[in-house]
Amino acid sequence: MSTVHLQHEHNRETCRQYLESLGDYVEGTLAAELCREIEAHMAVCDNCRIVVNTLAKTITLYRQMPSPELPNAVRERLFAVLDLTPYYRPGPESEDEPTR
Amino acid sequence: MSQQDDSELVARLKAGDQAAYAQLVNDHAARIYRLALRMMGNETDAEDVLQETFLSAFKSIDNFEERASLSTWLYRIATNAALMRLRRKEPELVSVEEPVERDDGDLLPRQFFDFCCLPEEDFLRAEARAEMLRAIDELPATLRSVFILRDVEGLSTEETAAALDLSISAVKSRLMRARLKLRERLATYFSQGPVIPETRQ
Repeated sequence: MSTVHLQHEHNRETCRQYLESLGDYVEGTLAAELCREIEAHMAVCDNCRIVVNTLAKTITLYRQMPSPELPNAVRERLFAVLDLTPYYRPGPESEDEPTR
Repeated sequence: MSQQDDSELVARLKAGDQAAYAQLVNDHAARIYRLALRMMGNETDAEDVLQETFLSAFKSIDNFEERASLSTWLYRIATNAALMRLRRKEPELVSVEEPVERDDGDLLPRQFFDFCCLPEEDFLRAEARAEMLRAIDELPATLRSVFILRDVEGLSTEETAAALDLSISAVKSRLMRARLKLRERLATYFSQGPVIPETRQ
């Protein structure tokens, strides 16, 4: 087995070990010492650096996704099903907005 | 809403005050509908889950012990209703058993396309947004519920654990699995370049 191959196998194992800490790492809740370890590893491992960056980006993209609104028709039927029709007031939704 | 505001409302709910019921619906229906829509992936099922959630909340308000907030309690009822419905529709996607928390090979990242630096408009395209929603829909339901509560609805790990009756470590582990799966899928999608609407079938 070549040295390059061994080196690669070693890295894969290291990457795998860090994988489960990445959640806490991107949240900023990982212990400082482990953070330093991960950062040192990312400095020499492009793949892990990309995974960390794109993982954080994925979370940001979903957090920024526009929220679907509750259509007035759905709200009105809900009040009817719950026998609360006298309390129904339409909300300030935009007409015919797709909800997804 | 604070736990204190909750107590007053809960007392009125338990006394059968109709206006209090209406307030509960007004305060929480939009959030519950959003959760239901993300869980179910279509408006018809989302509406059913929404109605079921409040019917079931009204029926069981006497048993509400205020260990959690009303909001967490409603999330819990809604998630259970959604999971039950999904189990009937797609039993293969919703295991009744706890999913095995293991380091399965398919979580290992395979796609290393760095999509962080793409122009912002690439992420705003309708096609990209649709892909993001499809990616949520295709997560196993037990991962989907954790991801939606935690990353889409913005609940804390503790609130998510309370809403889903899971341990903190199970929430963290499922969240990580969900995020890695979504990351993998988005990396694959964005590596193929933007789809120009005119060229689509």
